[in-house]
Amino acid sequence: MAESVITDEMKAAVGVDVPGGTSEVTTSGIRMFARAVGYTDLIFYDEDEAKKQGYSGLVAPPGYLGSAIFRPGGGGAPGGGFSIPYKRILNGGTTYEYLAPVIAGDTITSFSKVTDFRERSGSRGDMLITYRETTFKNQDGTVVAKMRGNLIQY
Amino acid sequence: MADQTYWDDVNEGDSIPELRKNCSTQQLVHWAAASGDFYQIHYDLGFAKNTGLDNIIVHGALKNAFLGQLLHDWAAPGGVVREFGCEYRGMDYPDQDITCKGVVTAKSVEGDDHIIELDIWTENPDGQKTTPGTARVVLPAR
Repeated sequence: MAESVITDEMKAAVGVDVPGGTSEVTTSGIRMFARAVGYTDLIFYDEDEAKKQGYSGLVAPPGYLGSAIFRPGGGGAPGGGFSIPYKRILNGGTTYEYLAPVIAGDTITSFSKVTDFRERSGSRGDMLITYRETTFKNQDGTVVAKMRGNLIQY
Repeated sequence: MADQTYWDDVNEGDSIPELRKNCSTQQLVHWAAASGDFYQIHYDLGFAKNTGLDNIIVHGALKNAFLGQLLHDWAAPGGVVREFGCEYRGMDYPDQDITCKGVVTAKSVEGDDHIIELDIWTENPDGQKTTPGTARVVLPAR
């Protein structure tokens, strides 16, 4: 194991909520997501069918929490913006917990915090694993989902 | 989609209907656009090889979304996927079967919610579990 890459700045960031930006749950975004996965259920494509089943609009498929809004030059580096000497990134795992329905027309804002950093030496060499929890709220301030994930840098 | 599955009729140890996927590179580009994950290892073979990979790899998040579909298709129309997720333990490649499976591990009632807990995973053609995970699904009761 090489020297630790976890800086004091990173240690100080553990447990601190950071705004993660805003995303829009759009009809087009829902349909694109559903098509990319291969869903056939009409509640992701047909508003009338979704309403027939008691929803107010198209339903966001599991794992879709709106399309992120990126702007060239607007920042938002992957990996949390910490200065890490590793070039490669792998997504280690993700869990979604739903607390309320997510429906087309919702605007989702998120807050994210690092819950832990761990370092490991494995088949890919030295790696840093960043554990993160993100909370998603809709326009009414209702927490609709939580995402827990980890990112592997090596 | 099958008929409604009811909480009462589900037993610990039951397997839920499998969902078989086989991604074209085109589907990976669809996913890149839908998810906003444009990391080139998922569609640019030269880039993937330069990072030491043998091939383009399927997005882990897409395999997670496949598991979401596995659960949704089983629970719909009256049930809801409450929690699901997986670890990305192994890589999967385009044009190979990715089989999504689930087994019921527990049943419980919390307030008005009739909950089923499951182990879920995707399997590669060698039968290895490349994305093991767990889920909680709310089903209607009879």
